[in-house]
Amino acid sequence: MSRPDTPMTTGREERAAGRGGLEARLLVRRGDFALDLELTAAPGEVVALLGPNGAGKSTALRALAGLVPLADGYIRVDGRDLHRLPPERRGIGMVFQDYLLFPHLSALENVAFGLRCQGVRKRETRRIAAEWLERVGLAEYASARPRALSGGQAQRVALARALAVRPRLLLLDEPLSALDAHTRLEIRSGLRRRLAGFDGAAVLVTHDPLDAMVLADRLVVLEGGRPVQRGRPADVARQPRTEYVARLVGLNLYRGQADGRTVRVEGEGGARMELDTVDHVLGEVFLAFEPTAVALYRSRPEGSPRNVWRARVAAVERHGDRVRVRLQGPPLSAAADVTPAAVAELELTPGARVWAALKATETRVYPA
Amino acid sequence: MRAPAGGASPERGFGRRPPWMLVLPALVGLGFLVLPPAGLLLRAPWSTLGTRLADPRVLEALRLSLLTATAATGVCLVLGVPLAWVLARVPFPGARLVRALVTVPLVLPPVVGGVALLLVLGRRGLVGQWLDAAFGVTLPFTTAGVVLAQTFVAMPFLVISVEGALRAADLRYEEAAATLGATRWTVFRRVTLPLVAPGVLAGAVLCWARALGEFGATITFAGSFPGRTETMPLAVYLALETDPEAAVVLSLVLLAVSVLVLTALRDRWLDVA
Repeated sequence: MSRPDTPMTTGREERAAGRGGLEARLLVRRGDFALDLELTAAPGEVVALLGPNGAGKSTALRALAGLVPLADGYIRVDGRDLHRLPPERRGIGMVFQDYLLFPHLSALENVAFGLRCQGVRKRETRRIAAEWLERVGLAEYASARPRALSGGQAQRVALARALAVRPRLLLLDEPLSALDAHTRLEIRSGLRRRLAGFDGAAVLVTHDPLDAMVLADRLVVLEGGRPVQRGRPADVARQPRTEYVARLVGLNLYRGQADGRTVRVEGEGGARMELDTVDHVLGEVFLAFEPTAVALYRSRPEGSPRNVWRARVAAVERHGDRVRVRLQGPPLSAAADVTPAAVAELELTPGARVWAALKATETRVYPA
Repeated sequence: MRAPAGGASPERGFGRRPPWMLVLPALVGLGFLVLPPAGLLLRAPWSTLGTRLADPRVLEALRLSLLTATAATGVCLVLGVPLAWVLARVPFPGARLVRALVTVPLVLPPVVGGVALLLVLGRRGLVGQWLDAAFGVTLPFTTAGVVLAQTFVAMPFLVISVEGALRAADLRYEEAAATLGATRWTVFRRVTLPLVAPGVLAGAVLCWARALGEFGATITFAGSFPGRTETMPLAVYLALETDPEAAVVLSLVLLAVSVLVLTALRDRWLDVA
């Protein structure tokens, strides 16, 4: 699977001209909502559209498939213009959210459906469909009706059905959301393997950051119909650029003005706060740190150089084997992860006032 | 039902006796629906039933009824399913009006329907005149006329049933088919139609039953010629004046046929209450 040559962290649009794969600019208007998204995916590359509900992820996918009309823009796959064609002539494979296997057809007939539509002879379609079922490990389920399949099996049949027509662009709409938590892990890695074997461009829509991190080569984060961040999953996770992404990957994120080794961030209620860092940067920046980097004290800590501020405990919630403490400013709101023992010792209950400390070495600063 | 006073089971509802204000009219209503057919069974001339059933006039009427009702259902399917699809899927100005027009035959007295058919398709009617001149085709007082009259009164049942099924069907299956390369016609044939098949079947059964019992429009538009246009309901009505026992026998046959067909279909395919 090919990766894009450069990590895209600047939010600038990437061009894939001449490289084949997907090149698209999608403008869709629906009432008050407007989607404006430039999107590329190289052959063999999996691009994930990540975003909260209502961000326009599914609309983007439906626009690519031709199920939603473009107000403006273009869709090109391997240099071929698709945006003026109806869905049935786009040659795109799509895996729908709850798979939408035709309930009146067997698994085999479902996979053969697309080939039949292409005018392939019936015997031939059955042979090819059987091969695809074999490839996704469901050969013995050929005559099963969709309602007899488990969620994971249905997903594999849906994938086989979409791939059987040899599309050059594969669209996956929340391919794992219909599965329960403990089959999900296994199915996710299975899907990853199969996507790796697909040589066309693939666009995946998900609201689960883990799905996106595992399955995608590149992320596009959508909020309110617009891309707010693009890049390799690891880069996006390390350097989030919006509150939404920061929350998804579990980081504290602030915007501020850097002046050498200090960053002045806008805190709660107009409060300003200066944070010491180790990166030397100037100008508009993002500052991020992990919740585990925040230490809490009952009285003002002395000694080693660190950023210290006083905050009120807004909420205390369990987070794996740690406890996440939500600190409310002014001057600064943040999430801090501490041990259950610390919660008892510091008497961390909502409303309590504590001192928070953050080492300069634990902060990450990058240009905004 | 048999013991309303003590029969209320405590697990159901509020665990109290159902109020007599509801139970009493319910029982009267049930009796009203069940007693007349039961009376028919009681008054049937069972001793001479065999010979009467073998009467060629009875067999002729039965054959004609089954033939025309089935043909009418066929016409309703061929025209009504596409009509239902257009009403359910194609937004067009005046759709509400068209939907109302489709249901007119439901509320129109069948005799009026027969008169209307005569005015349009009769030998001197608007369309009938032209059919006669151009093709030498006359519809009134023919078996084809019977089928037309039955189609006219029965088609709304099919259209309403199928349109309801189409509206309830999940459109995303059709989208999935489209992304797989299916044209709209293929989508209709291979996805939409199989998905709404229960609705189509329910509609067809209602349609067939309505056509089988059709009287008013048939006698007005097609008259009653034994072997040609005299269907079972017509035969029953005419026999009642000359030979009441024959009318009872014919009614019994009609009752048996409709109950048989409806229960057979309902048990196998229909989920309608």
